[in-house]
Amino acid sequence: MKELKLMKGNEAVAEAAIRAGCDGYFGYPITPQSEIMEYLMYQDPQKTTGMVVLQAESEVAAINMVYGGASCGKKVMTSSSSPGISLKQEGISYIAGAELPCLIVNIVRGGPGLGTIQPSQSDYFQSTKGGGHGDYRLIVLAPSSVQEMADFAGLGFDLAFKYRNPVLILGDGVIGQMMEKVELDEFKPRWTEEEIRRNTPWSTMGKLNNRERNIITSLDLDSHKQEKHVAHLRDKYLEIEKNEVRYEEFQCEDAEYLIVAYGSSARISQKAVELARAKGIKVGLLRPITLFPFPKKPLLNYVGKIKGILTVEMSLGQMIEDVKLAVECKVKVEHFGRFGGIIPTPDEVVVALEKQIIGG
Amino acid sequence: MSDIVTKEQIRRPENLVYSKTKLLTDKALSYCPGCGHGTAHRILMEVIEELNAQEITIGIAPVGCSVLAYEFMNIDMQQAAHGRAPALATAVKRLMPEKIVFTYQGDGDLAAIGTAETIHACNRGENITIIFINNGIYGMTGGQMAPTTLPNMKASTCPYGRDVTTMGNPLRMTELVAQLPGVHFVTRQAVHTPSAVRKAKKALRKAFDLQKENKGLTFVEIVSNCNSGWKMTPVQSNKWMEENMFPFYPLGDIKVDGQLVK
Amino acid sequence: MAKVKGDIVIDIEKCKGCEVCIAACPQEVIAMAKNVNGKGYHYTETVNEECTGCANCAIVCPDGVITVYRMKN
Ligand SMILES: Cc1ncc(C[n+]2csc(CCOP(=O)(O)OP(=O)(O)O)c2C)c(N)n1
Ligand code: SF4
Ligand code: SF4
Ligand code: SF4
Repeated sequence: MKELKLMKGNEAVAEAAIRAGCDGYFGYPITPQSEIMEYLMYQDPQKTTGMVVLQAESEVAAINMVYGGASCGKKVMTSSSSPGISLKQEGISYIAGAELPCLIVNIVRGGPGLGTIQPSQSDYFQSTKGGGHGDYRLIVLAPSSVQEMADFAGLGFDLAFKYRNPVLILGDGVIGQMMEKVELDEFKPRWTEEEIRRNTPWSTMGKLNNRERNIITSLDLDSHKQEKHVAHLRDKYLEIEKNEVRYEEFQCEDAEYLIVAYGSSARISQKAVELARAKGIKVGLLRPITLFPFPKKPLLNYVGKIKGILTVEMSLGQMIEDVKLAVECKVKVEHFGRFGGIIPTPDEVVVALEKQIIGG
Repeated sequence: MSDIVTKEQIRRPENLVYSKTKLLTDKALSYCPGCGHGTAHRILMEVIEELNAQEITIGIAPVGCSVLAYEFMNIDMQQAAHGRAPALATAVKRLMPEKIVFTYQGDGDLAAIGTAETIHACNRGENITIIFINNGIYGMTGGQMAPTTLPNMKASTCPYGRDVTTMGNPLRMTELVAQLPGVHFVTRQAVHTPSAVRKAKKALRKAFDLQKENKGLTFVEIVSNCNSGWKMTPVQSNKWMEENMFPFYPLGDIKVDGQLVK
Repeated sequence: MAKVKGDIVIDIEKCKGCEVCIAACPQEVIAMAKNVNGKGYHYTETVNEECTGCANCAIVCPDGVITVYRMKN
């Protein structure tokens, strides 16, 4: 039976992870996401589900613990905020290269550098274009509610194991800190060793006599083999783009203009759509839920139907590049954003729409 | 009975006293002639075989010359990022406490880029075995200075010798981690002579026995040669190692049963 | 009592000619061959019948290419 609770986004993703049968969490404190580890330590799931929760000495160690755990076919996760996620890029690249499933949560704060602890969306490029070195992609889920913070923990693990690929939940300080009602899934038991061996025949749980040894590595000194491996990764990413695009539309049926926004910007933009509609402006909102794979086709379908697109992001404009690519520059696309930890108001969004798209 | 015995008579299965363990694959080792990595690999796998632990052992390979250790050790293995092996091992052991977990790391990997991961895994007293191959140099990348490079010793990034006033002193990581309460057994060994190999193997056996008893972290340093990096023949390098490395990195147990003995 | 009789078999294709085994043999049984193997390394060979099967050479051979036999009586 589902359970209703009032929770912060950070707590919801932690609770949902326990319920999804997560085997291990490895993290390092950083605002505005420290509640994730604090909540897990307080719940002490080792005593109930057997889930391991460990505070590492750094984000570098935390992500490499995830690498080790994921190599064993375990459901493992980490969470951090922007500066910490930068440190994790080395490990993420190895995990992607070795094709391992894991869940990473980034509750984004403003940068660059130490920046601010206030919410931001300035890690879009880092999240969707690779982030670390090499040719790889993460599956990126962008929650815009506490409910989605919870839902994406389970979904994240499912996708991670389906594609043997790291999944990133890209939230921001607003979503992490906000309290909302959330419906929680029932507890799923953690996989037994037999189940792990069956579900992940590639995992390094000890070489049984009836099989060859398993090796988890991202290294291939033979360039021809490495090229094959990267081509295989490309095919996997194409498959993900084919199957896993998720997005939501709001008041788009008769829209002459479109706002594209994700996460907390989408919440603000939804309000802006209502305000604009009250003024007689026919505008709708398209909210990408997966940032990789990006909803390219749904956006392309608007070409010829709408007069302009405003992207709303808490950054200098990063997702706008994907929107322009998606509509093949056949529609005017403009960016509106606040940054450095400032959250735009719905009114500001309406003004931007009027000035940059309708008037411009 | 005649004293004359033919080779065929000697080379019978019942007379076999030593052959390569089945826990090493048939792949030719990628190491330079005479490199101690090969001997260290072999005694490590012999110990796992003696413990009958092939099915429950997970090894973590480093970045360094032994990055390909997984090609040679016939067990499940993971290849870590440079210096991060103790972090991987921590998670593996925490998630599967009934398994045997070891890292195999060079001195650049363990004592430079991976210092934090090493010290903190030791300090948490992770129930793993760390095998530390100290050859005083970065072998894989072509003989650059390592944290363990001796004073005045030449390397490609200290071509006039390590000047401790500007380049720092060599780091004795093994003595350092021995100070930590989470670390149960610390020893320094070598693999260049038959008796050294026998002792080193005993030390490894002890480390894994203690891991099975959940005693905490066990740490086995093996002082080894890098004849390519040192620019010597293997036999010369073993002699140089005895004369120069051992005075600074003396062999023997450093911590036994959780007590410092040196 | 009969003298202990041992013998070694060297996998010459995998030998890298490092000579570590030569230094380790108390009986001076091993020496470098004039020829090279498929990889271009001079390999080792036995040059006398003095082997006792003590296994010292095999124990220090980094490439694990030596197999040792010893007669029990
Ligand atoms: C992040 C990172 N930095 C640098 C390197 C290059 N690198 C590869 S091996 C190595 C040093 C290895 O030396 P050591 O750990 O002493 O092992 P050895 O090769 O001597 O056995 C370095 C610096 C790397 N692979 N990754
Ligand atoms: S470079 Fe040095 S450490 Fe590496 S294989 Fe050669 S001798 Fe061994
Ligand atoms: S120690 Fe081994 S590899 Fe080296 S020369 Fe002897 S047999 Fe060959
Ligand atoms: S077994 Fe002993 S005596 Fe025989 S060749 Fe080897 S080292 Fe020499």
